[in-house]
Amino acid sequence: MTITTRKRLFVMFGAALLAIFMLAVRELPEFGHYRGPYGDVLNRETVYERHVTDVVSAVNFDWRGIDTLGEESILFLSVVGTIVLLRTGDGETEHKDEQGTTSNDDIPLPSEATRVASLGLVGPLVVFGLYIVTHGHLTPGGGFQGGVVLATAPLLVYVAGDLKTFKRIANHEFVEITEALGIGGYLSSGFLGMVLGSAYLRNVLPLGTTGHLFSGGTILVLNVFTGAAVAAGMVSILYAFLEHTIEVRLRRKG
Amino acid sequence: MSILPYAVAGWLFIIGLYGIVTSRNFIHLVMCLAVLQSSTYVLLLSVGYRVGGGPPVFATAPVGTPAVDPLVHALVLTDIVVEATVVALLLSLAIRIHKNTGNLEPDKIVELRG
Repeated sequence: MTITTRKRLFVMFGAALLAIFMLAVRELPEFGHYRGPYGDVLNRETVYERHVTDVVSAVNFDWRGIDTLGEESILFLSVVGTIVLLRTGDGETEHKDEQGTTSNDDIPLPSEATRVASLGLVGPLVVFGLYIVTHGHLTPGGGFQGGVVLATAPLLVYVAGDLKTFKRIANHEFVEITEALGIGGYLSSGFLGMVLGSAYLRNVLPLGTTGHLFSGGTILVLNVFTGAAVAAGMVSILYAFLEHTIEVRLRRKG
Repeated sequence: MSILPYAVAGWLFIIGLYGIVTSRNFIHLVMCLAVLQSSTYVLLLSVGYRVGGGPPVFATAPVGTPAVDPLVHALVLTDIVVEATVVALLLSLAIRIHKNTGNLEPDKIVELRG
């Protein structure tokens, strides 16, 4: 199909799509006039029923906990897919560690300013990431957001130093175990509700006092598992991409 | 004026689709898909917005303060996570394709592979 025919088809179907979309928008509530009722019910009841102050987290990890399990599975499968696709395939030379280190020296180190700034940020970012993960039920945040913040710490090490240091921190085994614990923990903590005579992923732990760190029952537990899974997944993806880039760079040189 | 957020969502969808249709580079195509998907964020957030509504977080504000719909926020969070991981997967596919064919143009690869 030539680009012109494709553009023609796009104009045809795009116009039809736009017409349908405009019809649909006419039926939507006017912007700024949310009609409810679900959002209002959630906003009114969540704090009393679950003793958490961030309703979005309660929706994700309690009311819709099973959907988030599906979301985690998508994350997990994408990470696995990325790793499998970027794996050094047959007939491609895998560069071993020793070769990697020697050729790595050719890649110029970043400036002192970059190194100091990146390494200085690693510690605060780890603390901040842990804070976001563990306070997801109180203030905006949670496992997904905090996990990504945590994953930037190894990336900064890569920016500051070389691949070797990054490799040591983002050690394959450690990251893989964390990923497995995160996904497996989420999956299996759901059974707690069944064991205690209720439904899968039901919030059965003590709810605690509203506003305290240890409150909200399983929401905090699920947030921590999600944080581990997301952080490890992101580091795995980063590692897969960066390893590949360095490898290509080495091959071009060698 | 009140139609503007919906118009932005529609525009993002159409412009992203146009980019995908006319793309000559796989990485460009993946980015267009990301643009297309961002239209869903705008649409979802506009549906749940309420004039004068605060965030659906009651850490400092008392329960009963007017707030926007928390459900669409949770959906957007899911949406963003899925998009980020799918983009990573598609980019690794692009790398794989480039490695195998030395090319990133969708049309040329179809010709090569039959």
